[in-house]
Amino acid sequence: MNSKATVEIQTNIGWVQLSITDALRCANTEIETPPVTPIVRIQYYITCVDTVNRIEQTKLCKLGLVSSLLTNSKTMDRDATADVNAPHSMGTTIIGVTYNGGVILGADSRTSTGLYVANRASDKITQLTDNVYICRSGSAADSQIVSDYVRYFLHQHTIQLGQPATVKVAANLVRLLSYNNKNMLQTGIIVGGWDKYEGGKIYGIPLGGTILEQPFAIGGSGSSYLYGFFDQAWKDGMTKHEAEQLVVKAVSLAIARDGASGGVVRTVTINSEGVTRNFYPGDTLPLWHDEVEAHNSLLDILNTSVAEPMST
Amino acid sequence: MMRTSFAALIIASCILMRAFVKPSPLHTLEMDTLLTSEGDSQRTQYPYVTGTSVIGIKYKDGILMAADMGGSYGSTIRYKSVERIKQVGKHSLIGASGEISDFQEILKYLDELILHDNMWDDGNSLGPKEVHSYLTRVMYNRRNKFDPLWNSLVIGGVKNGHKYLGSVSMIGVNFEDDHIATGFGNHLARPLLREEWREDLSFEEGVKLLEKCMRNLLYRDRSAVNKIQIAKITEEGLTVSQPYSLKTFWIFSAFQNPTVGAEGSW
Repeated sequence: MNSKATVEIQTNIGWVQLSITDALRCANTEIETPPVTPIVRIQYYITCVDTVNRIEQTKLCKLGLVSSLLTNSKTMDRDATADVNAPHSMGTTIIGVTYNGGVILGADSRTSTGLYVANRASDKITQLTDNVYICRSGSAADSQIVSDYVRYFLHQHTIQLGQPATVKVAANLVRLLSYNNKNMLQTGIIVGGWDKYEGGKIYGIPLGGTILEQPFAIGGSGSSYLYGFFDQAWKDGMTKHEAEQLVVKAVSLAIARDGASGGVVRTVTINSEGVTRNFYPGDTLPLWHDEVEAHNSLLDILNTSVAEPMST
Repeated sequence: MMRTSFAALIIASCILMRAFVKPSPLHTLEMDTLLTSEGDSQRTQYPYVTGTSVIGIKYKDGILMAADMGGSYGSTIRYKSVERIKQVGKHSLIGASGEISDFQEILKYLDELILHDNMWDDGNSLGPKEVHSYLTRVMYNRRNKFDPLWNSLVIGGVKNGHKYLGSVSMIGVNFEDDHIATGFGNHLARPLLREEWREDLSFEEGVKLLEKCMRNLLYRDRSAVNKIQIAKITEEGLTVSQPYSLKTFWIFSAFQNPTVGAEGSW
């Protein structure tokens, strides 16, 4: 096989030149294309040339049916006939709750590109200032650029003001960017922090740039599974420990059901004393319905069990 | 005999990839044909977080306006404490349905308008008619740029004894009437109002009429939420009520066993 041979493939963004190994690999996974429009299904023909016998064979290869290719962390089903006015859900679970003394922000750690998990330990809780953090969901690129701009503006604002920025100001800056660029951005953000005037505050800024101050906020695709949970489990005036347990439980429930959420649960607690980061790896989370205990190997089970586990 | 070149060169001389390109939901066909390279200019948006109907009526002493506190995100009722009726200056109330972020932006515009009006310090203040006129211009001009503020607004107020109630839509259609409704209210509330509205409604009768409409909307509008606010504005001043819920009625004999005699029907 001539490994230097290249292949030109016609894609929706024009002709792309790939090496043969890459082309074959592409067939089985995703193709990195610029974020124009998602490719749904790929089938192609390979023409094989046997130079000795001079036989040309053309085969239809459905080496990979790649569904819903998306270049950043969006994992939604986009039917061609879907209602264009329906909002998109985003590949993440993010939560922000207030408690008596501050706020707790929580998130999962999965960043997916289509069906592939690009980063299984990402950190979606980003710092803006010493006392204000945000949870990012939706397009990774969009949320990162918004947070970078807001951090930059807040830095200058803090210098001019001479004291830490308030959570409200930070949230409003996020809102301005989200609202004024609503046609181009696809990111839902939860802003949470503590300042000496208002204490702990949570602001939800969904798609479109609406800003809403809430006692708790949920966002991302995994949040669909949590509306009912929070309706039942939320109480005002929780302690720090109760609130943290609630956040971890909620993210873990969302991870159990949402394919686009997974990995570890990260939490950030912000109060008058400062900021604390916590990390809950997947195996420390409780098991939910139809989930089983983790083992190193079947052999461990076999060795410890009395009854014959492999009988039919 | 094994020829190394037998397991040949897979020269994909022509690899055709037939990619089914799905249009991203953020683009429509019209948008693609109108503009392909101006990615940064704003065009027709889509609403994300929306409020449903607002109803307003004139009554004996002024204006009454009612709206629920729901913010829907597509088919999910995501927010249940969104205030959709707000004060504007001394003499007016504004209620909005549609995209909440655009309503929040309109409130900022109105803030600035009222501020500049106050800075004249000439004893005059903008009344509901002026605010309505201003908003009509804003909405219509945005519509002309294909970048609408995705709202239907209801403006009501009293100034110098004159009651005023009007509405503006996202395309700039505006009119003034004795009773106004937006969204689903157009279909469900307006017939009720046409039948039962009178010039000399008392405050109690007005509230009862609005509650009748809101209850009807609660039964029949999918995006309605059972937490409403009723706002009143008179020459003396304005109040927005605390959020409260309406009782609903389900005990009807026809509701108990609707499919008796026709199993399988609904």
